[in-house]
Amino acid sequence: MNLLSEPIGLPHYLVVGAILFVCGMICMATKRNVLGVLMGIELVLNGANLNFIAFGSPLLRPAGGGSLGLDGQMIAIFVIVLAAAEAAVALAIALNYYHTHLTVDVDQGNELKG
Amino acid sequence: MIAVNWHTCFFFLLALVACASAVAVVVTGDIVRMACWLVTALAAVAGLFFLAGADFLGAVQLMVYVGGTMVLLVFGVMLTSRGPFVSMKTGGGQWIMALVVGGALLTILLQAALSVPEWSAPERSQAEAAVPPTATPLGMGLMGIRVDQPEQPNRLLRRGMSGYLLAFEIISVHLVVVLVGAAYLARAKRRIEPERLQLHDLKTSES
Repeated sequence: MNLLSEPIGLPHYLVVGAILFVCGMICMATKRNVLGVLMGIELVLNGANLNFIAFGSPLLRPAGGGSLGLDGQMIAIFVIVLAAAEAAVALAIALNYYHTHLTVDVDQGNELKG
Repeated sequence: MIAVNWHTCFFFLLALVACASAVAVVVTGDIVRMACWLVTALAAVAGLFFLAGADFLGAVQLMVYVGGTMVLLVFGVMLTSRGPFVSMKTGGGQWIMALVVGGALLTILLQAALSVPEWSAPERSQAEAAVPPTATPLGMGLMGIRVDQPEQPNRLLRRGMSGYLLAFEIISVHLVVVLVGAAYLARAKRRIEPERLQLHDLKTSES
């Protein structure tokens, strides 16, 4: 029960953020559905946001000082707004892709041979 | 009898839910189930925000992500799927490559997160730390006034303490432009099949 009685520190949050980031990256790399790739991006952004919040939290302030303070939450707000805008544009692009190709498989969109 | 730290307990509960849901998003093939697991993961991340003392950000995460972006994603799924169970399989080689790269990245990130000894010990214990509500300082910071840092002793740093008014303006205009552009891109276009196009041409040439 030593794990449950100690206060949590910054590395706990960083580990969770790293796991979310890596899951999102694998999701982006392996999904063939356009919307699956989009969900991977959302996971990556959430992992990064969690790190910003943890570095700016007054509860997890490291011993030597150097906390982000309120700036961390400010950056997280901007990331959330940008993620919402990015999701809207990506869904519009996915709809256009579906109209032209009648599928949402990203492997089918290879006319440019890239 | 060890006094259980409830902050730590809730943290581990929410972290477990977030990580398990993220892994479930990766391994699930069905797109609708992926969306459901993503909702769980985002809600658990919002709970972690609350636990870290960011109450306004947690509420924003719940409203914007779980409420807004997920509705957008589910509508995208509904508008672009042709059958009830569309599953696209990924090849084994791609899975192995992605797992190797992801495992390497996770190793590097974990090593970096655990390598700084100052981070592992919080300055104050969570019991005696008072967490003020953050909505008012965030709003004042967006208006250009940093109420959380009333005076900065360093003169060079004081120049940068003018708040986030310019960034707020930029992101507002950016959001408006992006949403207008998304509405323009996603507007309903009538698709004309090739054979009907030829019929139409024939009719116009006859008349």
